[in-house]
Amino acid sequence: MSVAGEVGRFTSEGGQEMAPRRAATADELLRELGATLRMSEADAADLVGEGPSEEQTMIINMGPQHPSTHGVLRLMLELEGETVLRSKPIIGYLHTGMEKTGEDLTYLQGPTNVTRMDYASPLFNELAFSLATEKLLGIEHDIPERAQWIRMLLTEINRITSHLLFLATNGMDIGAVSMMLYGWRDREEGLRVLEKITGLRMNHNFIRPGGVAADLPDGWRDDVLRFIDDVPASLDEYDVLLTGQPIYRERLQGVGVITAQEAIALGATGPILRSTGVEWDLRRDLPYLHYDEVEFDVIVGDYGDCFDRYAIRLNELRESIRIVRQVVDRMPPGDYRIQDKKVTPPPRARIDESMEALIHHFKIFTEGFKVPEGEAYAAVESPRGELGCYLVSDGSAKPYRMHVRGPSFVNLQTLPHMLRGGLIADAVAVISSVDPIMGEVDR
Amino acid sequence: MPDDAAAATADEEETAPPGAEADEAPRRHGAPVTQGDMEVLHPSREELVDVACALRDEDGFAMCLDVCGVDYLTYGYRRALPEGIEPQRFEVVVTLLSHERRERLRLRVQVPAHDATCPSLFDVHPGSEAMEREVYDMFGIEFTGHPDLTRILMPEDWEGYPLRKDAAIGRIPVQFKATKDAR
Repeated sequence: MSVAGEVGRFTSEGGQEMAPRRAATADELLRELGATLRMSEADAADLVGEGPSEEQTMIINMGPQHPSTHGVLRLMLELEGETVLRSKPIIGYLHTGMEKTGEDLTYLQGPTNVTRMDYASPLFNELAFSLATEKLLGIEHDIPERAQWIRMLLTEINRITSHLLFLATNGMDIGAVSMMLYGWRDREEGLRVLEKITGLRMNHNFIRPGGVAADLPDGWRDDVLRFIDDVPASLDEYDVLLTGQPIYRERLQGVGVITAQEAIALGATGPILRSTGVEWDLRRDLPYLHYDEVEFDVIVGDYGDCFDRYAIRLNELRESIRIVRQVVDRMPPGDYRIQDKKVTPPPRARIDESMEALIHHFKIFTEGFKVPEGEAYAAVESPRGELGCYLVSDGSAKPYRMHVRGPSFVNLQTLPHMLRGGLIADAVAVISSVDPIMGEVDR
Repeated sequence: MPDDAAAATADEEETAPPGAEADEAPRRHGAPVTQGDMEVLHPSREELVDVACALRDEDGFAMCLDVCGVDYLTYGYRRALPEGIEPQRFEVVVTLLSHERRERLRLRVQVPAHDATCPSLFDVHPGSEAMEREVYDMFGIEFTGHPDLTRILMPEDWEGYPLRKDAAIGRIPVQFKATKDAR
């Protein structure tokens, strides 16, 4: 804290910023070196004062406004020449207090709020929130089959669009600008399908406690099939454009390496964890919805480098397409939301003929439905890792506490490990391979 | 130190196996256990690090998924706490994950308002670093032993802790900062 105090006098963000080398304590070096797993405190204490002197190093800011930081991530990098020594991500520029806002919204309004967190994969936020609410209500086993399969269909299409966005930005960060155009082009096709089904391109507010907002529209099957028939051809193009291309491989292979032990200790999930060879995918290992009934492979890497993380996402796209195809084949008939009068508003037609239905409808949308007191945690495998939602209810119609475990927020902690000792040009590739969405980091 | 603690809690478990006495709540590594949507342990603040360490080394809960705070200031109901656990204003909720067992586990730690401190899990799970900073930032709970306890989401000069129940929404004046010196 004394270090923070000393720095705080001179800088605008105070102790959040990275301290100059002379002020670095053993504790801090232990953390900065990424050595918490391998080095004892005594070893770290010996390191204080070692290394290049302050005249030979320079602390620079990368971001918050930098095209490769995917939003408003600010990285403080200590450089010796072109080599990155220490680094520290500084976040909070997009903090809007969504967890606090969530305490003031009913459970029915909740998805509108959480969907804006991870804006590249909004449906996953809604799904995690809805699953947690349903756990509190005790109706998690009563959600109609069709609603669950619709949720799977939508989230897998969303995973495709999110990973396509990653491919686009990853390509651009590395210098393959044409990839940027192709990625956005294909993502747009996916968003078009989502728009037809949910009414919106992003921030859908479609998956809600109790089911989904509406049934699938006429002709959804043809649209979805057309989309997933087109994507594989594009993926093969990307293989030619990126995967097999020597310049691209040179930029990514062996860059930003992280081991399985480090990834687990740092809480990294999703493609970062899988790139180290740990087979862990919530869809397979702690299945939710009906993921235990569809066939897909969990893609893992060997080296834990940027190329593995790229390749994992590229192949997860193919797995998602496989899942979507199975979902389209198996989509059952039935209700798209639970017919529990406590949670579900009466259908439109009933309102015209029944006064009670009108009152009921009004009550649900003004006061919301009451949720029994208790706590629940539900998690889904978002494109970035484990997206969890922790809810505490006090029996009222609004959550007493709504907390979202954003995978990007936790994954960012791996950055100092992966950047250390690399070149500053590689830093761009490493940040890109973490694929952070700042809306979710800052919430 | 962690090894000793793990051994000590293991001994305790042998002498008092879970559910041995009908009246007493079941215990795991010395902490009372309740069942919610997952297994919930209620260690005291002093036990927290040892319990997390034992869970990591003996039971395979190798990943700290989440650390978050809850402010129970205006909570009207009795909380589902086992006997012997005194409810306090703040609660630090830790979610752990075991890849081998494929299960999650929750630790709920009571933190009193007059002494809002909690030992840091940083030595056991380095990944708790950013999340503990967030809890500190939002609730003002200080994590002793944390290497870099500073605000993470709010500006450094922010006054108050936004997620506390007595920090009302919509009543905070918009703050602007003047640049003190051009860098």
